[in-house]
Amino acid sequence: MKHAYTWGAIAVVVLASTTGDILLARAMKQVGDVGELWRRTCLWTVASRILRTPSFPLGVVMMAVGFYSLLFALSWADVSLVGPASASLTFVANAAAARFFLHERVDHRRWTAALFVAAGVALLAG
Amino acid sequence: MTFRKYLVLGGITLFAALGDSLLSHGMKEVGSISLNHWSSVLTAVFNPWVALGIVFLLFFFVSYTTALSWADLTYVLPASSLGYVLLAVIARFWLHEQITPMRWFGILLISSGVGFVTQGPALTPQAQHSPTAGFKESEPALPGARQ
Repeated sequence: MKHAYTWGAIAVVVLASTTGDILLARAMKQVGDVGELWRRTCLWTVASRILRTPSFPLGVVMMAVGFYSLLFALSWADVSLVGPASASLTFVANAAAARFFLHERVDHRRWTAALFVAAGVALLAG
Repeated sequence: MTFRKYLVLGGITLFAALGDSLLSHGMKEVGSISLNHWSSVLTAVFNPWVALGIVFLLFFFVSYTTALSWADLTYVLPASSLGYVLLAVIARFWLHEQITPMRWFGILLISSGVGFVTQGPALTPQAQHSPTAGFKESEPALPGARQ
């Protein structure tokens, strides 16, 4: 039963983290290069622009869901399983989701990178 | 890519590795949390190691969102994954843990993945880059935003 809870929590971590990443990436692209904006305006203006972007708070909420699921999973299983399993699956899920929802050009170079990193993370747990 | 941008990617790597390590250490002290007592996961944040881990993860979040403002998600994630290698190196040379050949191979794969992605462009060309496609805009574009 504990095993099922662990993998259930890992699935929630992957889903919530991917959704959060996509929403945050979309929000930050709408805001623009934070470094350039900061040079032209003040920190408060940059922060308020980020916070006024609707997908930013939604992304933060999804990241929080992923974070608490990770805490649950870490209390049930070793970090050597939970960390790499959730991270490697999130890499692959993000590559697919970014191509579909953000229309990023995920070419063979980026797919190879995502798969190499996901496989490497999984091997580190071995 | 400027030096400042590489520094931001380095910040993501370092803060995530430190935050995760501290969080893991803290949760081991807190102990197993049952679904019947799920609210104890909220009080776990008062454990000093978990609290310190959260501080480092906040630094990670600032670096991460900054990077997402000028680079694709599919660039930022692999490019900042050297944190796993950093953790393994800390385990080998500071904690004197044994790293098996399989783990060294994992490190090689991650490093190769980072090498692959950083050779390419950080951002999808703007003509084909439309993060808002498929979504209904509720407010006008912000000045300085990419369109």
